[in-house]
Amino acid sequence: MVSSAEARQHSSLPQEIKNKIVIEELSVGYSDGTESLRDVSLAIPDHAITVLFGPAGGGKSTLLRTMNRLNDLADVISLSGHVWIDGVDILDPSVDVISLRRRVGIVFTQPVVLPMTIRQNLTYGLELAGERSRSRLEEAVEQSLRAAALWEEVSDRLDDPAIALSGGQQQRLCLARVLALEPEVILLDEPTSGLDPISTGKVEASLQELKEHYTFVLVPHSVQQAARTADYAAFILDGQLIEYAPGKQIFTNPQDQRTEDYVEGRFG
Amino acid sequence: MRRLRTASERNKLTQNIGFTGLRLAALITVVPIVLVVVYIFWQGSPAISWEFISGFPREGMRAGGILPAIVGTFWLTLGTGIIAVPLGIGAAIYLAEYAPDTNWTRAIRIAIINLAGIPSVVYGLFGLGLFVLFLQFGTSIVAGSLTLAIMTLPVIISTTEEALRAVPNSFRVVSISLGGSKWQTIRRVVIPQALPGILTGVILGLERAAGETAPILFTVAAFFLPRLPTSIFDATMALPYHLFVISTQVPGMPVQIQYGTAVVLLTFVLSMNTVAAVIRSRARARRQW
Repeated sequence: MVSSAEARQHSSLPQEIKNKIVIEELSVGYSDGTESLRDVSLAIPDHAITVLFGPAGGGKSTLLRTMNRLNDLADVISLSGHVWIDGVDILDPSVDVISLRRRVGIVFTQPVVLPMTIRQNLTYGLELAGERSRSRLEEAVEQSLRAAALWEEVSDRLDDPAIALSGGQQQRLCLARVLALEPEVILLDEPTSGLDPISTGKVEASLQELKEHYTFVLVPHSVQQAARTADYAAFILDGQLIEYAPGKQIFTNPQDQRTEDYVEGRFG
Repeated sequence: MRRLRTASERNKLTQNIGFTGLRLAALITVVPIVLVVVYIFWQGSPAISWEFISGFPREGMRAGGILPAIVGTFWLTLGTGIIAVPLGIGAAIYLAEYAPDTNWTRAIRIAIINLAGIPSVVYGLFGLGLFVLFLQFGTSIVAGSLTLAIMTLPVIISTTEEALRAVPNSFRVVSISLGGSKWQTIRRVVIPQALPGILTGVILGLERAAGETAPILFTVAAFFLPRLPTSIFDATMALPYHLFVISTQVPGMPVQIQYGTAVVLLTFVLSMNTVAAVIRSRARARRQW
């Protein structure tokens, strides 16, 4: 844990906050050399929304997908550093990635509902995990839909194909599907980029309500959304962490010139 | 303005000529199949009777029925399916979902493509050498089914692989992100979505197996065996070979019986085709991506 303490020094976060995820000198390179990370160190606190923002292609999604090892599916040629979650380095080859992904859920940019009914989408992950109890599955369906603010809209048609839902509903279903697994961390990769402002508002409101139970890491689709939602915000540019601070501070009084330029819309 | 209108008129004319040509090309491909089916049924349907499909051949096959050939083709198709379907689908799942892109897997793919290009009579000769003689299965349903199965494999493998690859990758990523293992993802998301395509490939493959003559020529087919096979090591009559025999090898054969046999074979094959078409159109209506 010496190393995670070291990593904490890189950030300007108050020490009394419990860090859920500590990223230490993480570097990632793809075989085609497109997007990569260089020496990123970052401590992500529990029960808050931490926002990773910056221009496209800067490595935000890579950082996100490293936290649940979904990058294992991508063409990664070099990977170094550590990602500690609750003190365990999840990049260690001995880590059980399947149980890791149940603890660290992800919502993607495009809402991808599985080609099944609404109910089956929600019970899918639990059934894979071996949950067989009808009543517990039913309970998870209702709870997760309520948490994602979708219950009122779909409770009478749970056995309809999920694809019949609107885009905004589909994305909230994707969030509910992750919530049904009762994860500890939820990664959100521009979850509202395809949604209208009303749906976006609903998703953001859900996040605010849920954050006392989860650790959220959000890649926002705009600086405005970053400013609205961030408890903590990390500015990532060309694969490097430029500045990391509480949201209020970074959007009103950025310390780095590049952060200031980006926040004020001078580039990106 | 005047010039412009003539230019657009000229374009329209070119387009109409093009369309007519394309339409004609499409029409010409339809004509032979319609002609074949209509002609065969017209010539053969008078021969079709209950005795014809349920009786045994008499008078040197010049009268009676073709039941042994129908039953033989049924068993051969079933046997081919039992061998080729699990093997073909398994190989396709491996190639589409698991196999890394290496020289080795590229060599496997090239082998499969080449397997599809081998003339069917060569399969027959190969089956004779390996199954009938070397493995001593004799001229039997096992030897014939194995030979037909090898011939059918490339069709099943390539259509199944294509059907699996057509399933959007985002489904796989989502399933894995929800804690699914690779096999759970394949079994619960990928295969159900690819199933209509897989079934279509299987049926098309088996249909070809049902209609082939050359591969069964040396491996299973009997010239004249007026009884039903009693074991898988029995030889049997089969529709395509029987048709060949009565069309070329038996003098004084009534034309009606030849075309009647063709009608039965064609019905067998076309009904499999219809099943495939129904599966495909139903799946397309239900598809969610």
